[in-house]
Amino acid sequence: MRFKISTAPFIHQGNSVTKTMHQVIYALIPGIAMYVYFFGFAVIITIILACITALICEFFILWIRRKPILPFLTDCSALVTALLLAVAIPPFLPWWMTVIGISFGIIFAKHLYGGLGYNPFNPAVVGYVVLLISFPVEMTQWPALSTLGYNYAGILDSFSIIFYGHPTGGLPLDSFTGATVLDTMKTELGQFHTVNEIKAKPMFGFLGATGWEWINLTFLLGGCWLMYKRVITWHIPIAVLTGLFVIASLFFIIDSDIYPSPIFHIFSGAAIVGAFFIATDPVTAATSNQGRLIFGVGIGLLIYITRTWGGYPDGMAFAILLMNMSVPVIDYYTKPQVFGH
Amino acid sequence: MTQYAKITRDGLWDNNPGLVQLLGLCPLLAVTGTVVNGLGLGIATTLTLITSNVTVSLIRNVVPNEIRLPVFVLIIASFVTIIEMMLKAFYYDLYLALGIFIPLIVTNCSIIGRAEAFASKQPMDKAFMDGLMMGIGFTIALATLGGMRELLGYGTLFSQAELMFGQAWMTITVFDNYHSFLLAVLPPGAFFGLGLLIAFKNALKKS
Repeated sequence: MRFKISTAPFIHQGNSVTKTMHQVIYALIPGIAMYVYFFGFAVIITIILACITALICEFFILWIRRKPILPFLTDCSALVTALLLAVAIPPFLPWWMTVIGISFGIIFAKHLYGGLGYNPFNPAVVGYVVLLISFPVEMTQWPALSTLGYNYAGILDSFSIIFYGHPTGGLPLDSFTGATVLDTMKTELGQFHTVNEIKAKPMFGFLGATGWEWINLTFLLGGCWLMYKRVITWHIPIAVLTGLFVIASLFFIIDSDIYPSPIFHIFSGAAIVGAFFIATDPVTAATSNQGRLIFGVGIGLLIYITRTWGGYPDGMAFAILLMNMSVPVIDYYTKPQVFGH
Repeated sequence: MTQYAKITRDGLWDNNPGLVQLLGLCPLLAVTGTVVNGLGLGIATTLTLITSNVTVSLIRNVVPNEIRLPVFVLIIASFVTIIEMMLKAFYYDLYLALGIFIPLIVTNCSIIGRAEAFASKQPMDKAFMDGLMMGIGFTIALATLGGMRELLGYGTLFSQAELMFGQAWMTITVFDNYHSFLLAVLPPGAFFGLGLLIAFKNALKKS
């Protein structure tokens, strides 16, 4: 093996936790903007609520742990957790559920394990899973597109839905929300419809779901920018998407009537946000390049398995948590050999 | 008298089987969905502890050292069977609610632990006291955890109390129109709750 040899002076790149977190936030902004464009102010309200809760929880727990408050509070890691969780949950979720999810993620998943850098599980994902298994009904109330005949929630309606649980004008909440494509796919396949019959519905778009596919494409763009800036390496996102693509293609070839196409799997649900923004968390992912590939492929396979045969329509969160658990083993077996041995 | 005080303090607080020795975690985590379930199993465990401790202490000079463990297991299993039959006869609904965890008291490590570590070396009165206090300490841990989970999970306390105390007891609804929080009721809630209880106890010890 040949090493690149370079001589002094070396220039420090200026990387720090704060800078990395800032770049992740910048990369999320276009996707969030697209999300707001399609689904309105409820997204903004949920994000602001999540950020405020995250900062308060972080402050509170740092104070209890007698840690320096300002340096940890301003490193923006809590904000990234809040943003990722706010993007993952339905924006119409009642405010106190958002608060529970964020506080659980920050206090239990992050700080009880020792704080940033010591947590074995991704705090945002833990918060999401807590909400998903505690409040299954509310966690499926996703906003639906106004172009498909659903109502569009303006500022007042959004406030009213989030804080009081119902829209202002006496309209039922159901007229604002609808099932996701993954949910519809799972239910209708259970009723022995074929994939092509199901995909004829207007809620299905060219790649994934109408509207959602644009949001996912924008997140993909942000993720690529992160790779270009070398905040994340290519290994994990590519491995996640490849793992998902390969197993989905395999079953698609076997029987395309009951197994949707790999493209549909990649562009619907949380696959893209998860692959680029959540699975790449440097604290909870595997650390060697070979390990990252195994970690990513594992997530991709588990997503497909949960979506196809599991009880939930999407499996990103469970896949990431299960692979987070396997990280110590992966790291143990993919330790790079020390030079000379 | 000071020895009795020490046994009491050990059982209830300093050496609590649920929160300090961390013995008997299986029932502690599995049946503490409500206060009543926790209390029921706690009382059954206490009765087993007292009877097995007293018996082990009485025969401690007769049993050869080599076969003491099988003898202890035999004694504990007999008492658990008696208690199970009594529950079946007098508190059938509670017996149904606790299910397999009544016979599983046999495998609760804290019982054989007390028999081996305490009762087989002490006179009967102290062994009785130890069984009683360890049992009460375990019951308190079970009931507290059950209370936390029931309050968070359903917003009530003492639901199904009539199974144990008769019809006069009613469920206390602490929060009206409570939105159930499933995590507290599901098994992970037991682990989180127990962790919080132990952390709280350790925090009290430090300050």
